[in-house]
Amino acid sequence: MNITRRHMLILLPAAAMAWESVLAGTPEDAPNYTMSEHWWSMLIDIPRCIGCGNCVRACQAENDVPDGFFRTWIERYHVDDWNMANPQVISPDGGKEGFPSVAEDDKGKYFFVPKLCNHCADSPCTQVCPVGATFITPDGVVLVDQKYCMGCAYCVQACPYGCRYIHPQKRVADKCTLCYHRITKGLTTACCEACPTGARQLADLKNPNDPIHAFLKTHSVQVLKPQMATGAKVFYNDLDGSVR
Amino acid sequence: MSIFRDAGHLFRLAGVYLAGTLIFLVVRAVVVPHSFGQYGHYRGAAIAEIADRPLHFAGHQACETCHSDIAQTKAGGMHAHVNCEACHGPLANHAADPSIDPGKPDVATLCVRCHAVSAARPRAFPQVDADQHSGGVPCNTCHQPHSPAIAAGGSK
Repeated sequence: MNITRRHMLILLPAAAMAWESVLAGTPEDAPNYTMSEHWWSMLIDIPRCIGCGNCVRACQAENDVPDGFFRTWIERYHVDDWNMANPQVISPDGGKEGFPSVAEDDKGKYFFVPKLCNHCADSPCTQVCPVGATFITPDGVVLVDQKYCMGCAYCVQACPYGCRYIHPQKRVADKCTLCYHRITKGLTTACCEACPTGARQLADLKNPNDPIHAFLKTHSVQVLKPQMATGAKVFYNDLDGSVR
Repeated sequence: MSIFRDAGHLFRLAGVYLAGTLIFLVVRAVVVPHSFGQYGHYRGAAIAEIADRPLHFAGHQACETCHSDIAQTKAGGMHAHVNCEACHGPLANHAADPSIDPGKPDVATLCVRCHAVSAARPRAFPQVDADQHSGGVPCNTCHQPHSPAIAAGGSK
C-alpha cells in the first residue's frame, strides 16, 4: 500500500483518536453493582426533622470531615409571622450538637432544613472545573477526583447551595459523595443510617420499586433554587417558601 | 517530478509538523491518565477509588445478624425505625471484629438530644423537659431504650 503524505496527514488524527480509546479501555464490569442501573437522589421530609444533629455527626465520622467543615448540615429557620422574606436562620456548628431550645410562647414558626449536596443532574460545579476533576457519575452522583483537583475553588464559588469547601489539609475541593462507598455496596448513606426519624431517605430514581415514586406522586415536593435549573436531586417535602 | 522542484522547504515544513504531532501524541499518552475519558471528561478510575473508601457505619443489617434479640425488641416499640448506630455511633470496627467493645452510649446526653422539649421541633414528636419529667433520674431507670414505652405506667 502506497501511503502518500496527503493520506498520512488525514490518517494521523484518526489514528490518535483510535489510540485514545485503546488507552481508555472498556468500562470495568463491577461484579454486583452496575452504574447504569441507578440514578441516586435523596428525599428530605421536613416535618420529620427534629434537629438532633445525628446526620451531621454521622457524616463527619463516616467521611473524616474536618472540624468546622460540613458535607451536610442543618439550618433552623424562624419565620416571624408574615415576614417570609427575612427568615432568621441559625446553624450552630452545622447543627452538629443540636439547637438551643425554644420556649412555647415564642412568636412565629420554626422548622429544620437539613442541607447537603443536591447531586444536580446539570451541575454548575462540574461545568466550571478547568481540569475535569469533578464530574457526575453515570449513576448520578457528583464526585471530586482529589488526585486531579488542583484546589482552584472555582467549583466552591459555582455551587449555588454552598455545598463545597476546600479541605484545609489536602488543599483540594471536598464535598458530599452521597456515601458513594456505601451505596455501591447496597448500604444507605451514613446520614440516612443515623437519622432517627426517617427524615432523610436515600432514593434510587431508576429503581421502579423504590418508595420515592409513591411519595413523589402523593406529596408536595420541591428542590432548592429551582430557578437555577441545576437539576437538583435532593427533594424536600413540605418545604417552606422562606427557605433559600 | 517537476512539480517537486524547488519544494524542499515544503518537505521540511511537513517534517516539522509531523514531528510536532508525534511529540504531542507521545506526551499526551504519558501525561493523561489511561482512564481519562472512560465515562466523560474525567478520570474514570476515580469512581472506583472513591467507592473503595473505608466504612465507619456498619449498617443495621450487620448489627441484626448477631443481635437479632434486640432487633426483635426494637421492632415492637417506638424506636422500631431508629437504626442501631443512630444511638450507638459508628461501629464498623465492632462488626468486623466483635471482640472490640463498642461501649455504651451516655444516656445523660443521648436521649435529650432528640427528646428535649423545644417549640422548634415538630408538635407530634414526643418531647420532655428532662428536669421536670424525672428530676435528674437517668432516663433508662424507667425506659428501656430499645423499646421505650412503659407498659404498666402508661407513660410513653
